[in-house]
Amino acid sequence: MARIAGVDIPRDKRVVISLTYIYGIGRTTSGQILEAVGIDPSKRVRDLDNNELGLLRDYIDKNFRVEGDLRREVSMNIKRLIEIGSYRGLRHRRNLPARGQRTRTNARTRRGVRRTVAGKKRARK
Amino acid sequence: MGRSLKKGPFVAPKLLKKIEAMNRSGDRKVIKTWARASTIFPQFVGHTLAVHDGRRHVPIFVSENMVGHKLGEFAPTRFFRGHVRSERGSRARQ
Repeated sequence: MARIAGVDIPRDKRVVISLTYIYGIGRTTSGQILEAVGIDPSKRVRDLDNNELGLLRDYIDKNFRVEGDLRREVSMNIKRLIEIGSYRGLRHRRNLPARGQRTRTNARTRRGVRRTVAGKKRARK
Repeated sequence: MGRSLKKGPFVAPKLLKKIEAMNRSGDRKVIKTWARASTIFPQFVGHTLAVHDGRRHVPIFVSENMVGHKLGEFAPTRFFRGHVRSERGSRARQ
């Protein structure tokens, strides 16, 4: 099993893809990492030798903030916004989009599943 | 799009002047301001500014964390009381 940056154990896939299973590493970063350490992106993780794995580990450790650390940083940033009473903090508190998107429709990612509220007023009898 | 770095952050010159004058003389008065678009500078820390929200001036005590934000971010312009309940509620269907 390949273990990089904590608990991530992607195998059988190409390294470029595997690395993206780590929180904080996407396709772009993944490509850059492999280029920097000089590993063929198309190589499968199971075909990597220990030396190469070590190289990856070191490089990621030194140059990127990933997993827990990154999650902590993000939530600290949000906490700061909330504490200083800014508009963005307010939106986070309410679980609404914070960057000025419309909420009349959409915004379902933040607001979650639709909960229908009371119907429209009907004409009387 | 962000603001050009060449210009530096925006702050209403009048406001900055007032704050600096207060820093020099060392008094802390609440300044009323309409300059919601002004960036909060490090010099502002510790002052209380009353930022206009369209209706009144909301007093805001500037702390260190707020530096770099805009004044308007701390004085919301919309006030949401909740949705009106329909007269009969949802039972009104026949």
